[in-house]
Parts: sequence; structure tokens; C-alpha cells
Amino acid sequence: MKITHLERRNGGKQRNSRSKGGLLLRLELPSKSGLLCAVRGAIERLTESFGFSPEDCRAVTRAVDEALTNIIRHAYCGRADRPIELIINSIHRHPNPKRVIPKRPVQRDGSNTAEGLEILICDRGPAIKPEQMCMRALEEVKAGGLGLHFIQQGMDIVEYTRAKESNRLRLVKYIHAPKQDVTS
Amino acid sequence: MEISTRKIDKTVIVDLSGDIDLGNTPAARKAFLREVKENRVPRVVINLSKVRYIDSSGVASLVEALKASRDVGSRLILIGLSTSVREVLQLSRLLKIFEIYDKEEEALAV
Repeated sequence: MKITHLERRNGGKQRNSRSKGGLLLRLELPSKSGLLCAVRGAIERLTESFGFSPEDCRAVTRAVDEALTNIIRHAYCGRADRPIELIINSIHRHPNPKRVIPKRPVQRDGSNTAEGLEILICDRGPAIKPEQMCMRALEEVKAGGLGLHFIQQGMDIVEYTRAKESNRLRLVKYIHAPKQDVTS
Repeated sequence: MEISTRKIDKTVIVDLSGDIDLGNTPAARKAFLREVKENRVPRVVINLSKVRYIDSSGVASLVEALKASRDVGSRLILIGLSTSVREVLQLSRLLKIFEIYDKEEEALAV
């Protein structure tokens, strides 16, 4: 597994209002199931240091793990020597929710922008047919079909694209403000 | 991941340790089904207290073992769910499907 860039952010205690966004982590790894544990460890640490809640750290880690599992199982049919690329960027959500701005300074001035992680996972397997991406109904008690649920439930944006003989899954998770109790 | 089994009277306890993911789910599934289908143990307790992470394939293996236990008329019990494992079963809407206890003594007492 090759790690080409990693930026830690103040141990998750305080986020620097002047810190730059952009690339946080880039991994190139073969499609070995034995590496999933190492990737989960990296994602856990990264999401913790980024300031996500423990629940959201687990959600992002689970989504990435399930996405990689799907690639190994379905795109590469269990082959352990195929390439997977994982890129994690810090991003901002503009007040206009359709406009996502990467690589901008963090705004902590009370504006409505939200900080988050953009995770791009690319493989060189065959194109995924829409019918292959179906989720089973949760009411059914049966084995299988849960991975996509975990990805959808855990992330704010899930997008799949096919380009240049690669599959690209884009996952985005924003840091959500803690829910406030309404006591009055 | 490590898997071991203990027998107490008519109960077999399957102790799991580590993460249950794509790489080791087949071993876990094999252990569950061996006790339920092959050995026809009347009560199988799966101890997840040392399992930090379980993925969808691990959940699928638990569901398969539960179905097999229903087919043969035995009981399958989960104990020691961590926050992470409980969360995954909750997301899968499977928490109420399984018989779950916090501690081994509780599972053996019922």
C-alpha cells in the first residue's frame, strides 16, 4: 500500500481557521482483503483528527470499507492484484448546497459553509450496471445486500461515475453541528 | 481474527476476537454453520465482546447462521455487542431479529 500524502489537523482538538483545504490523503493499494483493516485504521484516525463525532467516524469508515469490499468482490471478482486508488480531500459546502468548493480556507466566521471530507475511490474493473447497484429491502431478513445501505446511510453524497475505463465512487460527508436540545 | 469454541453442557460458545470483514468472514461463517448444522448444537452462543468491527458480509453470515438454527430448531444467541457492532445491526434493522444478551451468564441462564 502506497501513501503519497497525509496532512494531520491539530489532533482534532482545535481546527485552525487559517488552515488550507485540499488533499489530505492519497492511497494506492492492491485489491487485497487483508489490507482493509489498515485502510479502516487510516480512515478512523483521519476522521477523528478532522473533528467528526465518533458516530460519524464509524459511519465514514464503514462506508469506505464497504465500497472497497464491493470493488474487491464484484469489480475484481476476488483478484488480489488489481489497483485501487483512494483520495481524500477536505472540502467546503457553499450556502448554495449544489455548490461544493474544494481547496478553500476553512470559514469559521459564522457563515453557513460546512466543512467536510470528499472521498474518491477508483478502480479499473468493468463498468457497473445500474441493476447491480440495487439494495435489498431492509424488511427482508436475508443474507447480503447490506453494503450499499451502509454506504448510503453513512454519507451525505454518494455518486458513481464511469470515465476512462475506471469506476469512480465519490463519497462526501460534512461535519454536522451537534443537535441542540430545545428545553423551553 | 481468532475463532475458538467452548462447550458448556448443551451449549457451544463461539468466541471471536478481532474484526470481521471480507477477509475473514468465510472462517466465521464456517464456524457458525459447523456448530448449528453439522454438530446440531441445541444452543449456540456467539461471543462478540472482542469484535471491534463487523461489515455487511459478517452480518450476512450471522443472518445465515440464524436461519440455519431456525431450520434445525436450535437457538442462536449473540452476546457482548460493542457499540460498533450494535450500530451495524441496528442499521440493518436486525437488532430485534436476534436473541441478544450483554453477558455470557445471561445467555446461559435462559
